Amino acid sequence: MNWHAIKTIYAAEMARTWRTLFQSVVSPIISTSLYFVVFGSAIGSRINEVQGVSYGAFIVPGLIMLSLMTQGISNASFAIYFPKFIGTIYELLSAPISFVEIVISYVGAAATKSAALGLIILGTATLFVDIQIAHPFWMIAFLVLTTVTFSLLGFIIGIWADNFEKLTIIPLLIVTPLTFLGGTFYSLDMLPALWQKITLINPVVYLVSGFRWSFYDTADVSVGLSLGMIGLFLAACIAVVAWIFKTGYRLKS
Amino acid sequence: MTESVIDIKGLYKTYDSGFSALQDINLSIPKGEIFALLGPNGAGKTTLINTICGIVNPTGGSIRVNGYDVVREFRKAREQIGLVPQELTVEPFAKVFSTVKFSRGVFGKARDDAHVEKVLKDLSLWDKRDTITREISGGMKRRVMIAKALAHEPQVLFLDEPTAGVDVELRRSMWNVVRGLREHGVTIVLTTHYLEEAEQMADRIGVIQNGQIALVEAKTALMDKLGQKRLGVRLAEPLHAVPERLAGYDLTLEDDGRRLVYTYSAHDDRARIQPLMAELDAAGIHYVDIDTQQSSLEEIFVDLVGGNA
Ligand SMILES: Nc1ncnc2c1ncn2[C@@H]1O[C@H](COP(=O)(O)OP(=O)(O)OP(=O)(O)O)[C@@H](O)[C@H]1O
Ligand SMILES: [Mg+2]
Repeated sequence: MNWHAIKTIYAAEMARTWRTLFQSVVSPIISTSLYFVVFGSAIGSRINEVQGVSYGAFIVPGLIMLSLMTQGISNASFAIYFPKFIGTIYELLSAPISFVEIVISYVGAAATKSAALGLIILGTATLFVDIQIAHPFWMIAFLVLTTVTFSLLGFIIGIWADNFEKLTIIPLLIVTPLTFLGGTFYSLDMLPALWQKITLINPVVYLVSGFRWSFYDTADVSVGLSLGMIGLFLAACIAVVAWIFKTGYRLKS
Repeated sequence: MTESVIDIKGLYKTYDSGFSALQDINLSIPKGEIFALLGPNGAGKTTLINTICGIVNPTGGSIRVNGYDVVREFRKAREQIGLVPQELTVEPFAKVFSTVKFSRGVFGKARDDAHVEKVLKDLSLWDKRDTITREISGGMKRRVMIAKALAHEPQVLFLDEPTAGVDVELRRSMWNVVRGLREHGVTIVLTTHYLEEAEQMADRIGVIQNGQIALVEAKTALMDKLGQKRLGVRLAEPLHAVPERLAGYDLTLEDDGRRLVYTYSAHDDRARIQPLMAELDAAGIHYVDIDTQQSSLEEIFVDLVGGNA
């Protein structure tokens, strides 16, 4: 392992966060706060408790998940797409590093950023509502697994994309709808029976449910199932990355 | 015999499009040599360099750098190599110093700011160390790319058209940098479209055409072949034959005897233009105009490969 290289790329990626502090940290915080104002206060004041928790507190785990997923994808996809786009990728390709090291450093940095952001949003949320964390260990475990998985997914998108449109199309057309329909703002038993069934094919439901369980000890689906689903995702993303590695897909001609 | 730093055997590259960019390349380059790779646009120079450096996967054959196979032992091989690609590409938002430091780290070397400082000073970039790379001129960017390639103290340096779009002064200062590196035992492979550059820098010259090595020769030998000049003398009265007394010169008659052409080597200080003119006067041959021509690099390539371009 070329640890110097991993450290160097990781540090450079983290440094980029400070240069784009507003875009990478401040704007997600603002948008999450807006969700609180709109859903938590305005609408939430009309809804009583959901699963024994005030509505404002109920949506917090979902909102954190939402930003872990979207930020993980956008951080990682952009991080690897950018050097491809401007051509500086030549340096990574000619350096004594393997694809595995490239993945570790870029995905590691993207996951760190979005996990930190998740914690910042959690901190912001405590300003608005009372929050308990019933299972802190599992809370962290869900947080880490989700950011790593979605950063890997972002990395794959960044490698696959050869223009800006492709870079944004998957997050826009697939990930955003799934996260919004994934039980962030409601509990499944608030839906009509048919929709409850259909919703179960949405993988995000399992992540949000498991993550919410780690806070309030209540869940839409069993925790084991949630963990199994995220494990499955992670395995799928690793498999795709391994396949890219074997074929040199889209990085080398 | 000097040990070779680069050893290429039977190298082929066929791109996914089916285009065969390199065919059966065999080349070995000894340590400390400056090797110039010449060839017309699309000949395969960049492809060859990129295959050695790991940017393009070879289709067949083997490449060794300092004895390490570039595919099987890619870490060892690439640690030896620095690459300055043809395209100008630098991370636009980083400062000059940090982008050069980054390169060193990515190549697996421990942080050494003193070395980075030395490289920047050698390339007259020290003043610009805190400037954002986006804000420096094109020629400066080229130098930053050279600095990045030198940050990890490579044994072999590839310069793919390092002086394209670079002014004369900077070009000369780059040549000095390259010579300085050679003095420290660094082997250098460069491509260029400037004959003058190859002439100034190279120990040996390789010509590549249509993906094949057309020839590899010591510079001095090649320059004699390459640097042919023609002096044309437009005569007042046509001649039927070259006069006997001028037989010592390489002369031909063109244009129904109205033009006398003297062919000589530009690198040969034995060129005898002045005596020739004196002889013409003495023979009473009057002329009305004089011109000289030098073959272009492209013409020379065609000549070298026997016109099968
Ligand atoms: N990725 C690619 N896919 C398909 N063909 C390619 C690719 N890259 C280069 N080629 C082709 O391979 C040939 C050699 O290209 P290369 O860039 O090696 O030429 P070159 O000698 O460096 O030319 P120049 O002097 O213009 O830089 C060209 O015909 C080019 O079109
Ligand atoms: Mg080229």
